Amino acid sequence: MAETDIRNFTINFGPVHPAAHGVLRMVLELDGEVVERVDPHIGLLHRGTEKLLEHKTYLQGIGYFDRLDYVAPMNQEHAFCLAAERLADIPVPKRGSYVRVLYCEIGRILNHLLNITTQAMDVGALTPPLWGFEEREKLMGFYERASGARLHAHYFRPGGVHQDLPQELIDDIQTWTEQFGQHLNDLETLLTDNRIFKARNVDIGVVSKEDALAWGFSGVMVRGSGMAWDLRKSQPYEVYDELEFKIPVGKNGDNYDRYLCRVEEMHESVKIMQQCTEWLSKDANQGEVLPTDTKFAPPRRAEMKRSMEALIHHFKLYTEGVHVPEGQAYAAVEAPKGEFGVYMIADGTNKPYRLKIRAPGFAHLAAMDHLNKGHMLADVSAILGSLDIVFGEIDR
Amino acid sequence: MSDTNKPAELGEHIAAELDEHVTGHEVAHGELTVTIHRDRVEKVLRFLRDDPVCRFTTLIDICGVDWPNRADRFDVVYHLLSMHLNQRVRVVLATDEDTPIDSVVELFPAANWFEREAFDMYGILFDGHPDLRRILTDYGFHGHPLRKDFPLTGFTQVVYDEEAKRVVSEPVELVQEYRDFDFLSPWEGAKYVLPGDEKAEEGKA
Repeated sequence: MAETDIRNFTINFGPVHPAAHGVLRMVLELDGEVVERVDPHIGLLHRGTEKLLEHKTYLQGIGYFDRLDYVAPMNQEHAFCLAAERLADIPVPKRGSYVRVLYCEIGRILNHLLNITTQAMDVGALTPPLWGFEEREKLMGFYERASGARLHAHYFRPGGVHQDLPQELIDDIQTWTEQFGQHLNDLETLLTDNRIFKARNVDIGVVSKEDALAWGFSGVMVRGSGMAWDLRKSQPYEVYDELEFKIPVGKNGDNYDRYLCRVEEMHESVKIMQQCTEWLSKDANQGEVLPTDTKFAPPRRAEMKRSMEALIHHFKLYTEGVHVPEGQAYAAVEAPKGEFGVYMIADGTNKPYRLKIRAPGFAHLAAMDHLNKGHMLADVSAILGSLDIVFGEIDR
Repeated sequence: MSDTNKPAELGEHIAAELDEHVTGHEVAHGELTVTIHRDRVEKVLRFLRDDPVCRFTTLIDICGVDWPNRADRFDVVYHLLSMHLNQRVRVVLATDEDTPIDSVVELFPAANWFEREAFDMYGILFDGHPDLRRILTDYGFHGHPLRKDFPLTGFTQVVYDEEAKRVVSEPVELVQEYRDFDFLSPWEGAKYVLPGDEKAEEGKA
């Protein structure tokens, strides 16, 4: 028999592969069906956000953060606002904090619903996305009722949030949280004990503790590997230290554990949301959601009708904008995907001098080669799904 | 962080242990910043990772900052996190366009893409990096877009060429000049001549 020429295959995965979660091009080097090397080519969605932000006032800049991880927009805005607040020493009223936490947790559920259902789709299940997206739709309705936009909310402001929530909205969110647990349990019946889902995810993409540290992982990627690290607990911001919730931790660090962590996190988020709605509904807790000091926050519309001073402040805030004193700060939040950080250098003008966005997905995707080595070709999309990748934040 | 003195004490500890490598340390907004010599980065980060009081095992971020008026125009900023001791540190060093600094990929595999990004965006060179390619910009891109002297509009644009039947890149063509509205109050330290004010200066001369 003639000697056959054995050679490795190099194939292109993406940039328009449906399991690429956006525009990821991966060059895969295969030995048969075993992956030998992965070279992700990113940047196909690069919009130069960091450059643009250097040319926008602080208020205009918020909108760009919605467009980073467009699955959970307000969590990104949060990090930016925290950085600006830290530099300019802007106080946040308690009610503003609670509204922020409420919407950050909505963002977390939005994100995890999308992630676990599309992860299921990546391994062949079509029903979970249809079920999950129904709930997402309702949550985006809450986004819309608070901010006017389903996705690109532009709702958080340095100092709080733009507008207070009407009581009907808080009641509706409360009602939603009561029924969501059941939906989540239904969703779990499709996946958690599903033979195919387990076969595709258990012991796939195992991340050890050492790997998780060395590769700069955060969020579910470290919690799935058994480290109870959550910025909401370890470095509490806003009012997270007053709220009661648990941190779900995985054992094996594989795809399946990460899936379980995300499901549990949604249950915990619902608990946080219920505590928030309860707090916000109390009569004693009504009040401002932005600081009353009009040097940072715009005056209320009613006040502007009568006060010249208020009108001037409004004009100055919406043209010139807030001046953030010189300095540098790094503010991180526990975004649904991991640690989302904003490193801000201000030079005392109305625009940031430099703004570096630290996206959790960037570090996770960087480990693609390490995670996939030795796995089968079919596992690539399963691992990619469990990394929770959104290109808006990775490519910036 | 309940203990407000923690970052300051940590700074003292790092400065004492690393004596000649560290040029300064300060705490602002509760965050510790350590400035170091540019050729000591590998030593400093190794110490920060392995020292029992530091244990900064997670590399959060590496980024560049451009200060075009300085001789060493770039700052390279490393953010480190210790999940064990729940503390953060920022390490800053200065370099210029031609002097490479040591890559820390050996210490933190996560540095790989962050260094590629800093190279892509600023042209900062990393010595010993296994694969210093561009990462975020397009294939065949020229220049380093986050430098302050790189215009916001860029130099090239891509259009579909009917004759060549493909997308080609050509010099950027603006229908009107790019307008960067500056709302800084001229009474509060804006550093430019107001339109019309140049005539007043002419009269004096």
